[in-house]
Amino acid sequence: MRAVVTVVGKDKTGIIAKIATFLAEREVNILDISQTIMDEYFTMIMMVDLSHATAELAVLAEESRQLGEKIGMSIHIQHENIFNAMHSV
Amino acid sequence: MVNYKDILETIDMVEREHLDIRTVTMGISLLPCIRATAEETARCVYDTVCKKAENLVKVAGDLSAEYGIPIVNKRVSVTPASLICAPFADRAPLIGKALDDAAKNLGIDFLGGYSALVHKGMADYERTFISSIPEVLASTERLCSSVNVGSSKSGINMDAVGLMGRIIRETASATAQRDGFGCAKLVVFCNAVEDNPFMAGAFHGVGESGTVINVGVSGPGVVQHAIEAIPDADISDLAEMIKRTAFKITRAGQLIAKEAAERLGAEFGIVDLSLAPTPARGDSVAQILEEMGLECVGTHGTTACLAMLNDAVKKGGVMASSRVGGLSGAFIPVSEDIGMIEAAEKGVLCLDKLEAMTAVCSVGLDMIAVPGDTTADTISAIIADEAAIGMINNKTTAVRIIPAPGKKVGDQVNFGGLLGRAPVMPVHNQSANKFIRRGGLIPAPIHSNKN
Repeated sequence: MRAVVTVVGKDKTGIIAKIATFLAEREVNILDISQTIMDEYFTMIMMVDLSHATAELAVLAEESRQLGEKIGMSIHIQHENIFNAMHSV
Repeated sequence: MVNYKDILETIDMVEREHLDIRTVTMGISLLPCIRATAEETARCVYDTVCKKAENLVKVAGDLSAEYGIPIVNKRVSVTPASLICAPFADRAPLIGKALDDAAKNLGIDFLGGYSALVHKGMADYERTFISSIPEVLASTERLCSSVNVGSSKSGINMDAVGLMGRIIRETASATAQRDGFGCAKLVVFCNAVEDNPFMAGAFHGVGESGTVINVGVSGPGVVQHAIEAIPDADISDLAEMIKRTAFKITRAGQLIAKEAAERLGAEFGIVDLSLAPTPARGDSVAQILEEMGLECVGTHGTTACLAMLNDAVKKGGVMASSRVGGLSGAFIPVSEDIGMIEAAEKGVLCLDKLEAMTAVCSVGLDMIAVPGDTTADTISAIIADEAAIGMINNKTTAVRIIPAPGKKVGDQVNFGGLLGRAPVMPVHNQSANKFIRRGGLIPAPIHSNKN
């Protein structure tokens, strides 16, 4: 199963490192990363593979929300199908 | 892979524009629960609802976490209880209590289906059942009731219309301590639908299969935001934008509905394409109409704006879902929409304008507080007007009206939460007694003869 990770917030040092570590600890494999700075806001979108993940998607979503609170960013992990459904005919 | 702009748009819709799945509603047939006695039937009703919906709240929570879309309400609708209680209608409150207990046990906020369908005639057991509604709504917390008094095919049962005026007044009196809260759980329909996922009017029709998942989507905030982004567009461009937005919202609903049905071992029923507001600012249908260019909802032009909005939402939604049903349209419940509340407080939005608006959208005069001394006949006359609009226009209309005990025009009732607050609105004081007391049936319109 694939999911999309989005990270949005004020730019600072070490954001990617923290997120990548968080994902690696849970055996979540990163397939694709895109990152940019828009109006001083850090915006990153990752496609990840959860086939070997050590936790369910719902648990990962909650843990990533908590990580987001800790480092002052908004982090989401969502099943990729929600985006496919909403944005393709 | 989806492009990144679309991904961020979805995140924005949820975080800033109140996109949510308004309700995942499980419809459950109770016909197999009918037993020889009321006690045995009540026990079976409780067990059946608890068993079939035992994972409803958990599955909705999981889906919400996995897809990152809030699912606001988890609900159950059941076979109209008047059918289940037919052999022992005088004991109907026992079934009502069993349903309310089941809702508490499941941890859901509302359960719909304490209902009767009397659009052409009323059997004795149905009359007895309907008489129990005030007591049952006063003694239960989560049970919702509805009565269908007319249809385009059969006409309007004016005996039932007359009775419901009295039942609504009795329900208000029985819940007077809470501003007549019982009436917020009671809907009078014309052309009631069998697969409506929204409360308080949801019930599980007899033409449905055993267990069904119906989903109601929402997103007034998303539509408002989309219109804000094109301030100088003409009306056809606005309609196009609304269609595209409704498509996206509905696709989210369709995905959740299919997934929920599969995980709960139920059939996927329908997606209800509705713009359902909440009292939160930025989650209002009235504010969409104002964004289109009205100074205040209720002024001249409101009906036209609403007609366009309602149609565009349907066009976008129909394309997005394999099965569309329920009420499907923009809702205009006064107490549940901050823009409607403010317009009613200013006196711009009145009952007569709301009635006109209900001719072009779903569903009807919804969550409207009127003075506590409004007579039963006047309430019946309001129901008759609304039912006539539904009958002639082949659409569902409903009345959910609260004659707030002890309150007069200018006062306010406050139900809290999703049900919001409503200013008490004036009604016409001239009587319709003689009309209502004639009784009988308004014959079905000529266009019902299609065979």
